[in-house]
Amino acid sequence: MERHLMDSKIKGVSTGTTILAVTFNGGVIIGSDSRASIGGYYVSSKTINKLIQVHDRIFCCIAGSLADAQAVTKAAKFQISFHSIQMESPPLVKAAASVLKELCYNNKEELQAGFITAGWDRKKGPQVYTVALGGMLLSQPFTIGGSGSTYIYGYADAKYKPDMSKEECLQFATNALALAMGRDNVSGGVAHLVVITEEGLEHVVIPGDKLPKFHDE
Amino acid sequence: MALSNVLQIPTSGFNFENVARNVALESLLEGGHTKTPKPMKTGTTIAGLVCKEGVVLGADTRATSGEVVADKMCAKIHYISPNIYCCGAGTAADTEKTTDLLSSNLTIFSMNSGRNPRVVMAVNILQDMLFRYQGQIGASLILGGVDCNGNHLYTVGPYGSIDNVPYLAMGSGDLAALGILEDRFKPNMEMEEAKELVRDAIHSGIMSDLGSGNNIDICVITKQGVDYIRAYQESEYKDKRQKRYRYGPGTTSILTEKIVPLDLEVVQETVQRMDTA
Repeated sequence: MERHLMDSKIKGVSTGTTILAVTFNGGVIIGSDSRASIGGYYVSSKTINKLIQVHDRIFCCIAGSLADAQAVTKAAKFQISFHSIQMESPPLVKAAASVLKELCYNNKEELQAGFITAGWDRKKGPQVYTVALGGMLLSQPFTIGGSGSTYIYGYADAKYKPDMSKEECLQFATNALALAMGRDNVSGGVAHLVVITEEGLEHVVIPGDKLPKFHDE
Repeated sequence: MALSNVLQIPTSGFNFENVARNVALESLLEGGHTKTPKPMKTGTTIAGLVCKEGVVLGADTRATSGEVVADKMCAKIHYISPNIYCCGAGTAADTEKTTDLLSSNLTIFSMNSGRNPRVVMAVNILQDMLFRYQGQIGASLILGGVDCNGNHLYTVGPYGSIDNVPYLAMGSGDLAALGILEDRFKPNMEMEEAKELVRDAIHSGIMSDLGSGNNIDICVITKQGVDYIRAYQESEYKDKRQKRYRYGPGTTSILTEKIVPLDLEVVQETVQRMDTA
């Protein structure tokens, strides 16, 4: 009756995952799959939400232990809101990413969660930041993360172009997610994409059977 | 922070006083023939689903302690607030205490704020507490309730992860129950159909899992109120008592009686005036 965790270093529910964020001309697209697993053999949720809104125009996607990631984003959401109220203006994406980085770095012994923060602010426009497991913070034009990302590094490096249009960027992100979900067993479900621009947010959900198919499927 | 979680803000870090106590107990009992009792786990099947008029929760009623059935009519659906109930799987003491603590907190909150608690608030409090204990509290919970924002069903894992879902099964019998739910669940089901589906899911868990068994409890929560049906369905395998086990007074004859009055003297008397103005 005891469920044994087989070879998984993450205790409890893990988001073995594929997450990505890409900037385009005028905004940024952040995307993820929707599978949560336990021990690498049981899918505990097919519809988990990995795109967490931390402020009006700032999202972050989570990878690693689900409990750790939810706890960190909860604390981060509070700190960013408070910061925004004190400054009387919307927070910078860099500020949000820094908050996550501080939490990850200061608690690196206990936590097993990584994040991608993406959003739009008035100072620098669309930005993408990645916060790795130990608390490293990097700014990049696009980034991929999670266990499924290893299968799409080649695709992403080859197909990314700076200053894409929104439609091109959506296609790029969808293809990348589809390819990763096709090869990684702990990524799957539906593809969640959020388009963040100065005007607002657009949430796109692509069910598994509507994802683009490639040569062997 | 006046209205949120009114009990004292918990001190940082974990409270492991009971670990020291258990170690001390073990060493005390080591010399003798007794061993410390194993914690009672509810190897269990619990399930819940959201239907058109509310939320239906179901659970079996078997509590096991190792290979022995410790309680045949254990109540696994716990009261949290008039509009929120919680099914618990895992270590029996942990689920009991966690849900009791949550219920007390929410009652104080309701009195202070004058509002009925929302399901999402209960979920957040649970998540904070379980995450703080890093999985040492073995409680996997299904929270269901109806509030001003609609009908909700949440799962809370022992490490502090949460998920909002339309249907759910947990415990050692969850895979069997989930099979039934995956097959027949539809959004916005009618109440009777929903109760039958939960009953069938728990029944499947009882049949396929050794840790689940006995009767099936169902709890229906709607805007109008709660219907907690203890033993919605009784087990088909009830045993029949061979004799009556009640012993009336006089069964054991009294041979001698000795009364020793205790001499108590008043050592100190203080009077405290209560100002009831």
